[in-house]
Parts: sequence; structure tokens; C-alpha cells
Amino acid sequence: MTTASPPPRRIPWDALAVAPFILFAVMFLFLPTLGIVGAAFTDRAGNFTLDNIFGLFTDQILAAYWISIRISGASAILGALIGLAIILAIIRGRLPAPLRSAVMTFSGVASNFAGVPLAFAFIATLGRLGLVTIILRTVFGFDMYRSGFNLLSFWGLTLTYLYFQIPLMMLTIAPAVDGLKKEWNEAAQMLGASQWQFWRYIGLPILWPSFLGTLSLLFANAFGAIATAWALTGSNLNIVTVLLYNQIRGDALQNPGLGAALALGMIVITSLANVIYLVVAARAERWMK
Amino acid sequence: MKANKFWAWLTFALGAAYFIVPLLATFEFSLRMRRGEYSFDAYASVFADPYFASSFSYSVVIGLMTIVVGILVVVPAVYFVRLRMPWLRPLMEFITLLPLVIPALVLVYGYIRLYNSSSIIPFTGSALGTDILLTCAYVTLALPYMYRAVDNGMRTIDIGTLTEAAQIMGANQAQIIGRIILPNILVAILSGAFLTFAIVIGEFTIASLLNRPAFGPYLVGIGTNRAYEPAALAIISFIITWGAMGMINVLGRFAPRTSARTD
Repeated sequence: MTTASPPPRRIPWDALAVAPFILFAVMFLFLPTLGIVGAAFTDRAGNFTLDNIFGLFTDQILAAYWISIRISGASAILGALIGLAIILAIIRGRLPAPLRSAVMTFSGVASNFAGVPLAFAFIATLGRLGLVTIILRTVFGFDMYRSGFNLLSFWGLTLTYLYFQIPLMMLTIAPAVDGLKKEWNEAAQMLGASQWQFWRYIGLPILWPSFLGTLSLLFANAFGAIATAWALTGSNLNIVTVLLYNQIRGDALQNPGLGAALALGMIVITSLANVIYLVVAARAERWMK
Repeated sequence: MKANKFWAWLTFALGAAYFIVPLLATFEFSLRMRRGEYSFDAYASVFADPYFASSFSYSVVIGLMTIVVGILVVVPAVYFVRLRMPWLRPLMEFITLLPLVIPALVLVYGYIRLYNSSSIIPFTGSALGTDILLTCAYVTLALPYMYRAVDNGMRTIDIGTLTEAAQIMGANQAQIIGRIILPNILVAILSGAFLTFAIVIGEFTIASLLNRPAFGPYLVGIGTNRAYEPAALAIISFIITWGAMGMINVLGRFAPRTSARTD
């Protein structure tokens, strides 16, 4: 106790230490979001309106939302299933321990290897001059692009997104898979359960909440992504992030209120994904105790 | 059991192929610049480009600023909430999850609308102001990871006992945080810092919408104009990400020692 007596100092200190965090959250999370929500319900003259929301229901905008939802959904579901399969193979299949730690390190790298460089890597791999494309054509006589594949398409983008979705799934689900005790499997076997029955009635129900939680994380992750798509396709692909990017850049929709409504729609969709998860997780936890 | 092992290896091999083939293909592609033979010409071309150096160092500086601001915002808050205001914890958890729910693109749209040159806080009115805004945007982006890293770090040490001990020895609050708590959670903070760096260094969306000469927008420019340099840049980016993640792993080995001392 150097100078003043502690009791009067303690309260301002606590508040002061948390204040930057709260101020930061208000300035860079709450206010910007509220600003967009407000703008989505305001017309050019500043009056309340629902026109911007109704304005979203045009073919172009609905198509953009729909392809975004499909790409995010497909890459999230596939990423979650494949990631879970690999993690189960490594942990439950008892692959060597050094392999496991190498895979987890690599997952940390790959889950952050997103954005522009990832697009470059896939152009070099599956683009028209990519190594895999060329090998398939010259060695196996199979022309991917002639048979309908295109990197700059729904499946091309989904395949690219999987490169960060699968590792993200592996990193987040690994603790839950670790939590599956060996004794449970042995107990089930002693009661005469097959491996399939163990997974159907014990393993997967326990993993289910974590699985769904990660699924919503992966969905939001892909839904908000733009850099990879932008670097792959330029502004050609009509996904909602590209549409919003063009709107922010140069008012492509020629209506600022509509742009705000577009952004609001994105928040609603990613929030919905998380609310669905919270509801399911709460239900799952109820009978897990 | 044998069959089980076979399927485990097969699943692993298929997964590994998906992740390794693009890296090999990209590396091979990056060597193809000179006709007829493999060379590192694409890399030489990248390193000779003055915009590479300037955009990369700009992003490094912004990344370091992001880490410093992130630590200053997160560490005191986590410490005091854990120590004195546990009732604020759910709110903090909620706030730090928001950047994962609200897309970065939407946030930056909000910033541009809110902090334009004719607003009360005209961040985007000057280059320096925009740099500050970019830094704050990146702190927001990295908030979930920084918070989790620091929170995990504080969980492993007994901050209550450490604080009491320091108070009995006559330390003030700034000394307690700076000289007792920080060194004890240094490993956790550095993990958060490297993760932040990996996220920020090649970020495209926010930097490009704020019109700053960062590494991400530079990458996109190269991608539209050049053939082989993008592949070389992808390899370089991968190595940088690998370096940052590798540091976290190396640091992780030091972590248990820090916490064991306080048991």
C-alpha cells in the first residue's frame, strides 16, 4: 500500500481495467452493427421504412443468398463429416501418437491458411493449367474441364473451402472425441453391443452437441468469407459477400439502405445458425447429465 | 481390430492426400516460370518487387500494433473479471463470440458508415486515422482467439493467491498486472499473439475496403496480373503461417512449467 488507502481506490481500478474492453466492444462491435440495423430500416430522407427489407426479394439478391447458403452449408457439412472421420481414425483408430501431434499442428496451419493464398494454391492445383488437371489429362486422358468441372463454380469453391473447414472441425472436435472414454466402449461390448450399436447409441449422441456447435461455426466461417472467392473468381461469382463488397466499394445496388439490408440479412442468417445450435445443444445436454 | 486399423490408415491417407497435393502442386507451379526447366525465378521476381516489401512490412507493423492493442484491451479485463467481477464473465464470453457471428465484411461496412470523414470520430478522414481503424478492426477480428488464449492462461495460474501475495508485499495494481500476472501468462499471450499475426498478415477484405496498402490487397493485385508469382506467394504465405503456428507449438512446451510453479 504505497500512497492512498486501498478501499476508495479499488472500485475505480476495477472499472478502469474493464472499461477499455467495454468501450472497444461498443465502438467496434455494437455501434457499427446497430448502425447497419438502423440504416436497413431507414429511407434516404431518414424516415422509418420496410422498403429496404422488401427490396431484398429480387431474383439477383435471393440467388446470391441462396448460393452463399448452399456453399456454406455444403462446405460446413462435408467439412464436419470428413474432419470427424479423420479425427476418429486418428484417435479411436489409435494411429501413432507423433502422427497425431503432427496432424494437429498441420490443422492449426491449414485452418489459418485461408483467403487469397488458398485461392492461388487451388488455381495452381485444379485450375486449367494446374498440376492435377494436367496430370489427369496427360496421364489418365481425363479432361476435368471438358467433363463439366470448373474451379470457379459451386463445387470448385466448396472444394477449396474444405481446405480450412476440415482442419477447423478437427481442431474443435478433438477434445470431445478425446472425452469418449475407452471404458464406455468396453462396457457396451460386455453388454453385447456391436461397434455399430456403440456409435449409434453412445458415441455419436455424446458427440452430437459438439458436432452441431462446430457445424454452425463452420457455416458462419464460410458464409462470411470473401477473400478466397474474390481471388478465385473476381467479382464474377454472385455470392452475397461479393455483392455486399461491390455495394460497399461503389454502391453497386445504387441504394445505401438496400446495402444495409443486405448486411442485416447476413447477420440474421449467421445468428440463426448459432441460435439453432444453442437450442439443440441445450436439449442434448438435458439428457446427457 | 486389424480391419479397424486398416480403415483408420485409409481415412488418414485420403485426408492427407487432399491436404498435401495442393501444396505440392502449388510448389511445382511456382517453379515453372522459366520455360522447359524448374527455377526459382518466380520467387526472385516476387522479392524484387518493391511493393512486396512495402505491403508486407506495412502488414507486419499493423499486425504488431494489433497484438499490442489486443493485449492492452484483453488482459486487464480478463484479470479483473476473473478476480473481482465474475458476474461479467457471460457478457465477456458473448462479446468475444460476436466476431465469429458477425462477418468481418459487415463489420467493416459498419465502420465505414459510422466513422467516415464527416462523422464525430472521422477515422477514415486521414491515413493515420484509417491505420488506427484498421488496427482496431483487426483487434476485433482476433478478439475471440486472444480472449480464449488469455483466459486459458489465467485459468492455469492462481491469480487470487498471486494477487494477495503481491499486495502483502506492497505492490500496486499496475505492478501486479505488469510484473506478476503478465510474466505468468506470457506463453498464453504469445500464443494469442502469433495466432493474431497469422490472421492479420494476409487479410484482404478490411484492408482493401479501407484502401490501405496491405499485403492482402497486394496479393489480389498480383493474382490478377501475373501467372507464376501467385503460386510463389502462396508458398511464402504458407511458410509464414506455418512459422506462426510452429511458434505456438514450441511455446506450448514451456507452458506447463509456468503453471506448475504456482501449484
